[in-house]
Amino acid sequence: MHEVAPINPWVALAYLVAGVCFILALRGLSSPASSRRGNRFGMAGMTIAVVTTLLTHELANPVEVIGAIAIGAVIGLVMARRIAMTAMPQLVAAFHSLVGLAAVAVAAAAYLNPGAFGIADATGQIFTVSRIEMGLGVAIGAITFSGSVIAFLKLNGNMSGAPIILPLRHVINLGTLAAILGLIGYFLTDQSPAVFWTITALSFLIGFLLIIPIGGADMPVVVSMLNSYSGWAAAAMGFTLHNSAMIITGALVGSSGAILSYIMCRAMNRSFISVIAGGFGADAAAAGGAAKEQRPWKPGSAEDAAFLMSQADNVIIVPGYGMAVAQAQHALREMADMLKKEGVNVKYAIHPVAGRMPGHMNVLLAEANVPYDEVFELEDINNEFAQCDVAFVIGANDVTNPAAKTDKTSPIYGMPVLDVEKAKTVLFVKRSMGGVGYAGVDNDVFYMDQTMMLLGDAKKMADDIVKALGEGH
Amino acid sequence: MDFIAIFSIFVLACFVGYFVVWSVTPALHTPLMSVTNAISSVIIVGALIASAAAGSPLSKWLGLAAVVMASVNIFGGFAVTERMLAMYKKKER
Repeated sequence: MHEVAPINPWVALAYLVAGVCFILALRGLSSPASSRRGNRFGMAGMTIAVVTTLLTHELANPVEVIGAIAIGAVIGLVMARRIAMTAMPQLVAAFHSLVGLAAVAVAAAAYLNPGAFGIADATGQIFTVSRIEMGLGVAIGAITFSGSVIAFLKLNGNMSGAPIILPLRHVINLGTLAAILGLIGYFLTDQSPAVFWTITALSFLIGFLLIIPIGGADMPVVVSMLNSYSGWAAAAMGFTLHNSAMIITGALVGSSGAILSYIMCRAMNRSFISVIAGGFGADAAAAGGAAKEQRPWKPGSAEDAAFLMSQADNVIIVPGYGMAVAQAQHALREMADMLKKEGVNVKYAIHPVAGRMPGHMNVLLAEANVPYDEVFELEDINNEFAQCDVAFVIGANDVTNPAAKTDKTSPIYGMPVLDVEKAKTVLFVKRSMGGVGYAGVDNDVFYMDQTMMLLGDAKKMADDIVKALGEGH
Repeated sequence: MDFIAIFSIFVLACFVGYFVVWSVTPALHTPLMSVTNAISSVIIVGALIASAAAGSPLSKWLGLAAVVMASVNIFGGFAVTERMLAMYKKKER
């Protein structure tokens, strides 16, 4: 083993404490009640890590460093305060891109000045292990950056959500990945700048190529996946710097993103490989359009809906992203409040992919002051539909489609869905009968005897129901 | 620390991460992402070392740029998580 500069045990201990604080930060999120304390642990851990670093390294120019932190703090705080909750996926993607770019910058700085990081011998030769770590760090960081930029542009609507399919993309992607890994191997024998910067450039390219073919519907998986990458990038840099706080954090964040990706894939019944391979949503319209026939359906009005729900004992509300797009969450909560006043038992049922990122719908409902103990996850509430009087579907479609359970030819077959069709009455708020969901398939629930279609804008419909409920007295 | 010691920390932390993250309630998955975002910016430690070191001006400026980016993430990530968590309320009884 090579000589590494001796590390002050107190410093190592401080970084370990910071790492433990980060574990506690995530642990706090096991329930909303302990979550804010968890977040404070996270802040404490970060403070310990930063202060320890500042105290143990001679700052060439403290003003510059403090200034840099202050600039970042102002930008970050303004973004955090201004962002709309519906735009949270974009914000998270933007933050991921910054972690990625910061990792690239740190890896590049370490490459240019290895002596400062204690990873080179007297002649300036970077240690072998450090070269692997540095190569992987810069590669993962660059992929995280360019991938997140594309994810941001797609989520923010600056770029079409439709997948962009390049011919031979699998060959190009695998070739580029192989080239990156090969170059990292070659980097062990030759630390010349050309090798390092080629690895960096190719990694930026592959991040871009990996995300452009992925369609809008798969974005929750992509955002989770990039979350994971940003963690692995931090871990790789932690190896380079022999820093336990960075390694622990990187491992936590890496596993977190990986688990969220897995949960999102499972919720859409998509394999991780097929998401990465991309192209979902490109040919979906063709798949669903074939069996289109005119079938009778029953229209209803806001007054009908108000009457039915006020007479019910149990109402389950199924919100989807369309509800958030129409900004109907406040009107919806008002409707639920009025129903509760009439003695109706109201619950919300959330499908894991109801929003644009994991847990997104829960945040949107929380913002509209819906108490979190009225909001239930799919597996916790699905068997209650059979006993409920009214299922009120607003802005959701594919996640209620029974074809996922019965029709093997359906593109969404196998996806877990909410069993709304088991309710005595289904009220389905939808803009028009023409449009179909993300997957482009027709939904049998529209044509069932117990279903009443409430056609119109989600917010206007919720407002009208509130008005009708008010007049009922 | 030698490589094996660091690698041991890493492997054990992956297991800790696995169990801790599965215990996070799905209702808080969005705050989970924003807070993991904030803590992964602990990479600022590397950026600070680079920006403080003498020897390579380019390395120093890359370090400073990374300090700015990581700070955006740290302050923004924790603040937006705090903002979200403050919205989660229990039913008034």
